[in-house]
Amino acid sequence: MHASDALTEADRLMTVCNSCRYCEGLCAVFPAMEMRRSFGDGDLNYLANLCHACGACYVDCQFSPPHEFNVNVPKTLAIVRAESWELYAWPGFLAGLFRRNGVAIALITAISVAAFLFLFMRAGDVAMVIPADAPASFYRIMPHNVMAGLFGGAFAFALLALVMSLRNFWLDIGEPVTTLAAPKPLWQAIRDASTLRYLDGGGVGCFNADERPDDRRRFYHHLTFYGFLLCFAATSVGTLYHYLLGREAPYPLWDLPVVLGTLGGVGLIVGPIGLARAKRQRLPDMVDKSRSGMDVAFILMLVLTSVSGLALLALRSTPAMSGLLALHLGIVFALFVTLPYSRFVHGLYRFAALVRYAREREVHR
Amino acid sequence: MTHASVDVLVIGGGNAGLCAAIAARRAGASVHVVEAAPKFYRGGNTRHTRNMRCAHDSATEILSGPYTEAEFYEDLLRVTQGNTNEDLARLMIRESKDILNWIVDQGVRWQPSLGGTLSLGRTNSFFLGGGRAMLNALYLTAEKLGVTFAYDSEVVDLELEGGYCRAAIIKQPDGSQRIEAKAVVAAAGGFEANIDWLKEAWGPSAENFLIRGTPYNRGTLLKMLIDKGVAEVGDPTQCHAVAIDARAPKFDGGIITRLDCVVFGIVVNNRAERFYDEGEDIWPKRYAIWGRLVAQQPDQIAYILFDAPSLNLFMPSLFPPIEAPTIPALAEKLGLDSAGLEATVSAFNTAVRPGTFDDKVLDDCRTEGLTPPKSHWARKIETAPFYAYPVRPGITFTYLGVRVDGDARMQMADGKAAENLFAAGEIMAGNVLGRGYAAGIGMTIGSVFGRIAGREAASHARQ
Repeated sequence: MHASDALTEADRLMTVCNSCRYCEGLCAVFPAMEMRRSFGDGDLNYLANLCHACGACYVDCQFSPPHEFNVNVPKTLAIVRAESWELYAWPGFLAGLFRRNGVAIALITAISVAAFLFLFMRAGDVAMVIPADAPASFYRIMPHNVMAGLFGGAFAFALLALVMSLRNFWLDIGEPVTTLAAPKPLWQAIRDASTLRYLDGGGVGCFNADERPDDRRRFYHHLTFYGFLLCFAATSVGTLYHYLLGREAPYPLWDLPVVLGTLGGVGLIVGPIGLARAKRQRLPDMVDKSRSGMDVAFILMLVLTSVSGLALLALRSTPAMSGLLALHLGIVFALFVTLPYSRFVHGLYRFAALVRYAREREVHR
Repeated sequence: MTHASVDVLVIGGGNAGLCAAIAARRAGASVHVVEAAPKFYRGGNTRHTRNMRCAHDSATEILSGPYTEAEFYEDLLRVTQGNTNEDLARLMIRESKDILNWIVDQGVRWQPSLGGTLSLGRTNSFFLGGGRAMLNALYLTAEKLGVTFAYDSEVVDLELEGGYCRAAIIKQPDGSQRIEAKAVVAAAGGFEANIDWLKEAWGPSAENFLIRGTPYNRGTLLKMLIDKGVAEVGDPTQCHAVAIDARAPKFDGGIITRLDCVVFGIVVNNRAERFYDEGEDIWPKRYAIWGRLVAQQPDQIAYILFDAPSLNLFMPSLFPPIEAPTIPALAEKLGLDSAGLEATVSAFNTAVRPGTFDDKVLDDCRTEGLTPPKSHWARKIETAPFYAYPVRPGITFTYLGVRVDGDARMQMADGKAAENLFAAGEIMAGNVLGRGYAAGIGMTIGSVFGRIAGREAASHARQ
């Protein structure tokens, strides 16, 4: 017996697929399936998170609907995957944030932005009239230590929640902890994840409603992911500047935090928008439409983070600065605290699944 | 009725039809493909295929070693027991070498042999993603080249006289269409889904056959061509049949209903009696005889029986085996006579001689003093739980076809060559494959003769 209808259906499909195996060259899911003969919930959750949803197995399948065997692996695994994220969420009572995710994230963001605006106004009649081009003006509005404490706290919470969720996943799929410390599978997974090796539809790209596969999703995902990393790097460099070199923001345009942040910010605008567009062009039959709110919410958060950050950079010497700062900080704060309950987690579990897959490949060879 | 005209009309949208369409279009002809099935089911049995047998002189990225023309021809002679046209067979094998690359140029991608098919790693190239992936690639390429398609379009008549075909009448959901063509390529498969036709050869027992592939291979075009004077080739009473899970759907169950466990147990009919040596030879060499063997049993059904140690020795299949703690309980679940099944199993167990079991070779585990014997892999069926798969004959394809020459041009019954009629694929496979089968040959016939037919049809249309 399985814990949900989707898991029961996934079990049925894996039995069909395991008797066929035509798709074993397409991605990691089918070779991983072939290493098993029966599929428990943990196995299915592992396979679901290993799936990159390229869609190749759906259009290649002789048994996909309207065939009576009704084999729809990408959609079924998408549902199982999303359900598994709820299952692993930590603390458990926040799992509900995954349901009606768009509404939840919009609310948290609005509250967070409003709170920053309120704080700023309270702190100051003084702060609001400070000439924006004065050095370190950000920190006149909000002292650096307060800002660092607030965001450090939010970040630490997100990190803790993600680590605990990952732990739940790892226990569920029944993999020993030692695997995460083995260098070879880890390195293999880093390579597979950083190139999105399995988002290539077996070589031709993702499958779309117009029957012409292309590699757009991989391209825009790269922009998004590496844009995110660059922004993260910008923040990290800024923090180092502050504490090690005693150099305070705002930094000049040519300086590393600004350059990294700007490049990353552009990636974080073009990437998510491109992904949203590519998503609309996918074959509707294999998409789990019931959860598109989660995708939209995450894409929107990334774009808003980036747009507000770049706007702040462009207008930091104008009276709009303090309002924009509140907006940007509010969005980033909301992004951080909702990270463990957003579409973001797909990367975490997929990476972990890739580590496990790399280890399994070693053992089975 | 609407009217249209085209240089080359291709009837049938499988591997052979698409290769013909692409080759004809590349040679400059305008090409239209009519496919009897709806879009999802397009491509006939190509949807269910997974590999192609091509000759090659050295190992490739996906093939583990050379497979020479001579070796391919020997294999063909062996499986057909000489029932082949040597000129056409040698032509096909020669051309297959180039097809290995040509098909890639048409967008098809290869991969190494699939898990569980290691024995084919040297001779057969597998389609990445299987036959439907291959079809999708061919359709996309043909579409980009400007070939047009019509689905749900069955040919119901040909204006064919004295080896010249002027037009075809196509029945479509919203009416009918007359298409004039300068040349016609027939690539519409065999008649394995036409139960009435199968009954002509097999009698009423054909009602109990399962059709492994497309329900659309009804042989309409084949019958039409033969009736209008095209020469036939191949034995009309023969079809390729294997034993598949009796619980499979009537049509289109495909690969996942196959069972590879005959050699691990015994096979009984519905009188609980064994009827053939289950361990005669290694499975890939013998799996194709079991369809016929089961077809000859009462009610065309049989049961593969084995016990716990054998459960995981073969590829999994769609339906789980029927399971019971004792042989009589299993008999009850299968609707067989309990005492009879117990007697059969115990007679078998008594006859088993000690040996060293090895399913990779012809081992020394055999029975003694048993009729029929089990010559290899005979192990006592004694460890609960006991398992059974019910099996029925599953028809893969038929052998009857139209006669062609080396240009894939149809030959008329009066000995003359047809003027503008060409054939490729299963509808003419009997020229090369008079009987038997070797994995991947159907696709070789389709691609090789498809390309030839398309090229020749385009050349005829130009004149």
